[in-house]
Amino acid sequence: MREPLSTAEPILVMEGIEKRFPGSVALDGASLRVMPGEVHAIVGQNGAGKSTLMKILNGVYRRDAGTILLDGKAVDFHGPLEAQNAGVSTIYQEINLVPYRTVAENIFMGREPTRWGFLDRRRMNREAAEILARLGVRVDVQRPLGSLNIALQQMVAIARAVSTDARIVIMDEPTSSLDEREVEVLFEVIRGLRDSGIAVIYISHRLDELYAVCDRVTVMRDGRTVDDLPIAGVTRLELVALMLGKELGEVHRSGATGFAHQGERPAGAVLVEARDLEGDGLHGASVTIRSGEIVGLAGLLGSGRTELARALFGADSVSGEVVVRGKPVRWHSPRDAIRAGFGLCAEDRKVDGIIPFMSVRENLTLAALPVLSRHGIVDRAEQEAIVDRFIARLGIKTAGPEQPIRELSGGNQQKVLLARWLCLNPSLLLLDEPTRGIDVGAKAEIQALIDELADNGLGVLMISSELEEITEGADRVVVLRDGETVAEFTAEEVNQDAVMHAMAQGADRMPAVSVGA
Amino acid sequence: MARFFAASASSDAAALPVNGARIPALIRTYSAIAALTLLVVYNIFFTPNFLSLGTFNANLTQVATIVIVAVGMTFVIATGGIDLSVGSLMAIAGVLAPLFLIDANRFGAPVVGLVLAIVAPIAVTTLCGAFNGTLVTLVGLQPIIATLVLFLGGRGIAQLIVNGELVEFRNLGSPLVPNFEFLGLGQLFGVRFQIIVMLVIVVVAIWVLRATTFGRYVLATGGNASAARLAGVPVTRVTLAVYCISGLLAGLAGLIVVAINRSADPHQVGEFMELDAIAAVAVGGTPLTGGRATILGTFVGALIIQLLRFTLIAHNIPDGVTRMVIAAAIVAAVLAQRQRAS
Repeated sequence: MREPLSTAEPILVMEGIEKRFPGSVALDGASLRVMPGEVHAIVGQNGAGKSTLMKILNGVYRRDAGTILLDGKAVDFHGPLEAQNAGVSTIYQEINLVPYRTVAENIFMGREPTRWGFLDRRRMNREAAEILARLGVRVDVQRPLGSLNIALQQMVAIARAVSTDARIVIMDEPTSSLDEREVEVLFEVIRGLRDSGIAVIYISHRLDELYAVCDRVTVMRDGRTVDDLPIAGVTRLELVALMLGKELGEVHRSGATGFAHQGERPAGAVLVEARDLEGDGLHGASVTIRSGEIVGLAGLLGSGRTELARALFGADSVSGEVVVRGKPVRWHSPRDAIRAGFGLCAEDRKVDGIIPFMSVRENLTLAALPVLSRHGIVDRAEQEAIVDRFIARLGIKTAGPEQPIRELSGGNQQKVLLARWLCLNPSLLLLDEPTRGIDVGAKAEIQALIDELADNGLGVLMISSELEEITEGADRVVVLRDGETVAEFTAEEVNQDAVMHAMAQGADRMPAVSVGA
Repeated sequence: MARFFAASASSDAAALPVNGARIPALIRTYSAIAALTLLVVYNIFFTPNFLSLGTFNANLTQVATIVIVAVGMTFVIATGGIDLSVGSLMAIAGVLAPLFLIDANRFGAPVVGLVLAIVAPIAVTTLCGAFNGTLVTLVGLQPIIATLVLFLGGRGIAQLIVNGELVEFRNLGSPLVPNFEFLGLGQLFGVRFQIIVMLVIVVVAIWVLRATTFGRYVLATGGNASAARLAGVPVTRVTLAVYCISGLLAGLAGLIVVAINRSADPHQVGEFMELDAIAAVAVGGTPLTGGRATILGTFVGALIIQLLRFTLIAHNIPDGVTRMVIAAAIVAAVLAQRQRAS
């Protein structure tokens, strides 16, 4: 690959960065070295700390510890504006410009050229057009920004960064809403920035993009920087292994999970079959789930795992075919799915799971209220009996059924949310990261519970970023990549290498794997 | 400093155990009840003739319509919304009623006219509530903007119905008028009729919020709409319903007001009611962020504001001071509530 423009000092050195949030450690000794004229990728799983590190660099957060050297000088930004003035600009996923002002006004906002104290609009428009032309973008600078498509708006944001003499441009998932042609244009612009000596920090989950445009890659995991290497010297598979913290060739069972009966269950009848789902992050996702089996759904962040589960649950509308117990269905809301015996435990318990101010009792029975009430009046005695039964059965640690759920630990909250569905005696559970953010003991308990439920005939779709959960728990493994089902393994076939391979590269470069159902 | 910032910025932190933050709804209303008790005790000692049926009736009569509207408002606020249109809906109901109080036999039997004079206006304001709810749910407007539409337009409609003129009931010449006026002026067992209506509504609302599926859905919707939807709560229907309830109760309150006044004034009926109702909800301890609600608190909150007003007037305090004291009471109530919640 290209050598950096000079053998000079790095433009940016972040060393030993720490950041704590109440209840969690976001960064624990992260580091980053960026050379001028370099496109530097940062990769890592959800929660690895990429975004937090960038927010510390651009002044949104204050760090708890560590040093930042910009051009060899220690800096300490007290806000985004200070960072921007020092030459660190961020292009956000959501464009943070003003949609109803013109392109030129957006580029020069806050430092408009003036003449005798008045806005010099002609000069502003001329200079804006020049900056955009240098980026290879032709657009009427007097149009309101909001009338442009997202790709062009992003160009305007980049133009603004360039015009503020940015020396480091941070791009966080810049291609998430661009089509292929627009991505190519963006890459041209990024290469142009690089050639003019600007350092670009590029965050993306799409591995192909990293290889297309980046020079180096920093890998983060659990708030730490685990590696920093030229991208040409690492394969996709190695990169994924680094992100997940796995050694390649690790095939033996760790035995650390609570699953015991993987692959031993007789497959039941087909419960749900989804074929070629499209839309909302899905581009040809297919999956079949039978009763009495755990289907593991693997894939990198942004591969469409969550979207697939939500689509099966009727939470988002997608096109494609969903067949439930042999009948095609088209659901309009989760209510339809719940009536069919489905339940979904969402990835983010706080956002999509718990009702924080409600008690354990009310959270646990929320989905069961129609069953627990007559003429709309809740049968309190029956409700309490059910709650007591599930608190005992799942071993939920709580001061009592009236304790607000937000006071429970993550593992116990998750048990309440599982009980929310179990008390309805469901036929299928869609579990999105069922053990994320849960301590080790509760994790094994929940895994054992899932195992036992499948033994008793429940169909389970289990999404997980933890490879052990997938490889040691699932009777069948389906791998998604860029919204598409790219591989499927049986419990006998599955191993961590094969799953990582499929996550990283899809099935087309994998000879030894059976594809499709 | 950094910790504060982090607290609001962290999205992935696991559920935080908050020390001593367990507050059942009832306790949140304790501070309101204590304040009310203080006011009553003060008046017993320092306001002449405070303990009389007259004072009792006068105060509760004045507060009845506020309480009725504020109960509806509590449901709306419990879902995280707000309803600014209630005052205008009261005016619409108020001017619609006399349209049916004409000839006793126009609608077949006198009783039909009377029933229509009550049911039709309330049906219309309930539909107005459905309109509000549609703007919030299907159109996706913010509740404050959605209900601003009828806050402004609704009073215009009321004015157009009667050409902007005051309707005096005695000029209607209908034998139904005294029957209708019972809503505002009648008495049962020496207690004014609307006080009884108010108490029934408060009791029913407490029960609905606590014991019915709908009540739980209201709080779940306000507590976390996204999670509620995934748990099968019909979030859209519930949101629509609370605005309908608010519209219904506003209509009823509008009828009571015109019955008390024995006239319907499209400009005056329900004026500033939205603010009184929101104030009662806030003083009563229901947070405007949704997910938690106390009807009893709202009732007590309305009583506090009313009694504050009464006390200050009884002691000849100027109106300007009265307003400032009420404003201070609202601030105090919200601060007390915040302290308990954190």
